[in-house]
Amino acid sequence: MSAPILTVEDLRVDFALPGRTVHAVRGVSFEVRAGRTLAIVGESGSGKSATASSVLRLNPEPPASYPSGLIVYEGRDLLRLPEREMRDIRGDQIAMVFQDPMSSLNPVRRIGAQIAEVLHRHRGGRASQYHDDVLAALEAAGIDDPQRRADQYPHELSGGLRQRAMIAMALVAGPRLLIADEPTTALDVTVQAQILDVLADLQAERQMALLLITHDLGVVANMADDVLVMRAGEVVEQGDVLSILTDPQHPYTQQLLAATPRLREETPA
Amino acid sequence: MINRVLRGRMAMPALIVLALVVLCAVLAPLLAPFDPNAQDLLTRLSPPQWTGGHLLGTDNLGRDVLSRLIYGARISLFVGLAVALISGTIGALIGIVAGYRGGWADRVLMRLADVQLAFPAILLALAVVAFLGNGLWVVIIVLGVTNWVSYARVTRSSVLSLRERDYVLEARAIGVGPATIMRRHLLPNVLASLITIAALNVASAIVVESALSFLGLGVPADIPTWGSMLADGQLYLGTSWWIAVFPGLALMLTALSINITGDAVRDAVDPRAYR
Repeated sequence: MSAPILTVEDLRVDFALPGRTVHAVRGVSFEVRAGRTLAIVGESGSGKSATASSVLRLNPEPPASYPSGLIVYEGRDLLRLPEREMRDIRGDQIAMVFQDPMSSLNPVRRIGAQIAEVLHRHRGGRASQYHDDVLAALEAAGIDDPQRRADQYPHELSGGLRQRAMIAMALVAGPRLLIADEPTTALDVTVQAQILDVLADLQAERQMALLLITHDLGVVANMADDVLVMRAGEVVEQGDVLSILTDPQHPYTQQLLAATPRLREETPA
Repeated sequence: MINRVLRGRMAMPALIVLALVVLCAVLAPLLAPFDPNAQDLLTRLSPPQWTGGHLLGTDNLGRDVLSRLIYGARISLFVGLAVALISGTIGALIGIVAGYRGGWADRVLMRLADVQLAFPAILLALAVVAFLGNGLWVVIIVLGVTNWVSYARVTRSSVLSLRERDYVLEARAIGVGPATIMRRHLLPNVLASLITIAALNVASAIVVESALSFLGLGVPADIPTWGSMLADGQLYLGTSWWIAVFPGLALMLTALSINITGDAVRDAVDPRAYR
């Protein structure tokens, strides 16, 4: 098995609110390897998104703080990296796709310009010189007629197309790790499957590591190699996808699985 | 966009007046029948007349009022636009930094805005002009650096909500730093409201410039401005009304038109104003 691209050890995330401190993540450890997908599953408020955004240190500090933990990427602890070096990693080495493609694109800028900005930021030069890379990225994300789409504004695109544009934006610089935070939650069911296919294809093609945050066990079954089940900021169960889905050990995981609607209830033998 | 601006009943007349003023400003040497500074004491204080050339009469030195009015449009428009540009730039910068940075930067900058507001711009202008002597650029710069507060406040309050948007988080997620976020992601989103304020600011700057010129502290006497024409004319108001009334009308119509146009633009770019 390949060496892990990202190693998280005993990560704790606190949020200081007026008068109290919320311990959103309480000691989470995991590894993500090239070409593999780790799914973090849990209900709202379980700390899965806080874990994901901690990897890129996107939580505003303060209120967020990290009382303990290591997030090791290429031998460097991201939690102790200065903001300036962290910015060089964001979008270039580690990229992120967010939940809501409707609001994650800047409404007053063209799609192509927003994607080109990633390369402009990390490779320098002029934004216009990356035109071909932008078209290639849009095409890789499964967008027909990328030339036309690149010149459009976000409001001219459907939800599915916008999420594809977000994926193009995340992958244009060729990151080694992609964090997808509920990438399909805001989309129609039919579009969800297409977006997941695009992600799976691109991941296989580029041998990228994928950290997938979701509450949808259907998505987990389709996409994940390994699963980490979180509840109230703690890991309740961790393992490969087959054993977690077929033989859950922890009562919470069993409940979570039981809460998934099925078309036909299996009758006990 | 143009259609939306013109939806208001007053927008069209206002735009026509503005177009005329701009035309006068740009083509002043071609349109003006006389040299605005040419004195002719033999025809001084002659009333408006169709024949004899002086359409709007002459002033106390025999200068053609119409020509001075046309040249005055240049100064008024230039002062208005330059002031709006300077104060808009300062205000947008301060507002974006205060709104995005928050914390002590916000507190310091907004207290600065309070101080600025507490100090009447015209008083400050009077003091500076009295100290530095009068000149076109002195007036522009004094008005430019005193009018930034409304821009800063509007920008700041917009940015306070804009900075929580997902696309700002997304911009951070691709590695963009705060300066670029402010310039490329926040500024374009506040530009529409800034343009509206600018329209109102142009009008008020024109009026304040005229007030300064009226007080003799504006632009030097050899440059015809509407304000100094008003000042010259007030002595003769009882006998030769045309010297003061025409520049006063021009001033009022221009300021009114700019205000109406500004309102129309604001309604056109504000989605909540759709009917």
